[in-house]
Amino acid sequence: MEVEQTALPGIGLRHEFTTRSGRRIGIVSHRTGRRDLVIYDPDDPDRACETVKLNDEEADALCELLGAPRIVQRLNALHREVEGLVSLQLPILPGTPYDGRPMGDARVRTRTGASIVAVVRGGQVFASPGPDFAFADGDVVVVVGSPESTAAVADILTNG
Amino acid sequence: MHTAILFLELGAVLLGLGILGALAMRVGISPIPLYLLAGLAFGQGGILPLATSEEFISVGAELGVILLLLTLGLEYNADELVTSLKGNARAGVVDLVLNAAPGAIAALLLDWGPVAAVAMAGVTYATSSGITAKVLSDLGWIGNRETPVVLSLLVFEDLTMAVYLPILTALLAGVSFVGGAVTVGIALATVSVVLLVALRYGRFIEAFVSSPNSEVLLLKVVGLALLVAGVAQQLQVSAAVGAFLVGIALSGELAEDAHALLTPLRDLFAAVFFVFFGLQTDPTKIGPVAGLAALLAVVSMITKLLTGVYAARRAGIAKAGQARAGISLIPRGEFNIVIAGLAVAAGVHPDLGPLAAAYVLILAMFGPLAARLVQPFITAIAKRT
Repeated sequence: MEVEQTALPGIGLRHEFTTRSGRRIGIVSHRTGRRDLVIYDPDDPDRACETVKLNDEEADALCELLGAPRIVQRLNALHREVEGLVSLQLPILPGTPYDGRPMGDARVRTRTGASIVAVVRGGQVFASPGPDFAFADGDVVVVVGSPESTAAVADILTNG
Repeated sequence: MHTAILFLELGAVLLGLGILGALAMRVGISPIPLYLLAGLAFGQGGILPLATSEEFISVGAELGVILLLLTLGLEYNADELVTSLKGNARAGVVDLVLNAAPGAIAALLLDWGPVAAVAMAGVTYATSSGITAKVLSDLGWIGNRETPVVLSLLVFEDLTMAVYLPILTALLAGVSFVGGAVTVGIALATVSVVLLVALRYGRFIEAFVSSPNSEVLLLKVVGLALLVAGVAQQLQVSAAVGAFLVGIALSGELAEDAHALLTPLRDLFAAVFFVFFGLQTDPTKIGPVAGLAALLAVVSMITKLLTGVYAARRAGIAKAGQARAGISLIPRGEFNIVIAGLAVAAGVHPDLGPLAAAYVLILAMFGPLAARLVQPFITAIAKRT
């Protein structure tokens, strides 16, 4: 699949691609931050038959809805493909030492060699969170690494 | 007493424009033709001549042109201009030749002389980027695949204007042939230098203008634009071009902030500018040239359509999209009036103002309407093939 990028002078950028079934979809990114989801007319492939205007918040929501299941899928695929690589989903329970503290405090990668690739919170996936990302009660942390290192992360997150 | 009447007249004019604007919004057309009509009504020979505020309005009109061009320049950044030039030079040249020709030929046939021919070439050449952008967005054509082609042509036209306007101003002021050539030379050199500075050292200008406070930013941008416009005017380059170049030099977030701050100011003074042009035009003179204006408008519609078809076909767009590209290029508006305004001020030919006014009236009104009316047809044709 090829995503085509076109500059719209004075307006912004447009990305578009054709699906396997032959439909063309595009996103117009306005400089103002507005995003248009554009669906092209199958009879007149140059014409946008549907344009949905999205503000920042709506665009984020759409992105997460489309992106979240894909991340889990990709992780599972990764898990199957590479021998010796484990992905664990570790819950942050109330009373654990990192509840409410930034992820950087746990220094997971330095101490164990495993990586935190995502945090799932309330059905939303926060992919590759930075060191400032604060854990909260109820989060599920997705860790990737060797069986030993991921077990060590589980230990850190429960006992500090 | 004098100021009281000035305020009364000015208030009535602006309020009237506001009501006209609201009307235009409701019908879904550009307010520009209505502003022109209002100017015609208030001017000499009109229904209600203004006496006291004419001086204020004439200064306001010049500010309007400067602000129009400044905000236009702010919409583009140097990279876009360069990429656009590289990719679309051929379509841009076709656009220039096809659409400048009708005006130039008309002026020559009427025996108005070469300077008028150059001015009329500009009047028929430039598409109104303001109206076209509005049409594209109103009809949901921004996502269309032919839209980048249309936008690049608009960028190309604006750049051409940056070179054309100083040449025109020089010609209008020009004395002898040698003197004219020297002025044109100075004008072009100035534009090149400023453009080069804008492209290369834009960030220094940005660093100077930049301010977190919107009041300071507004004052700095407007001040710089007026200053450069004044210098440009002194060098026989049009003041508007100076402002346009200042706009291009600023880019990124700064340009967006400045654009947002300037838009209301521009809207106010640009409306005053259209009224002023109408004021200067004697409505009784429009009648005799109306037929000619209509003919010129029809020819221009065809040449713009051909331009759009050619440019879109080169970009691999199907027939329906080619037609849409052509139609979206039809509207004429601010630039054409700016050009005609310069020519009228220089006293090129008494009929040029009325002809340009009628011509722009037709195309500013008909362009957006054509796009709206033709859309179902194009869709139907696309479905059948």
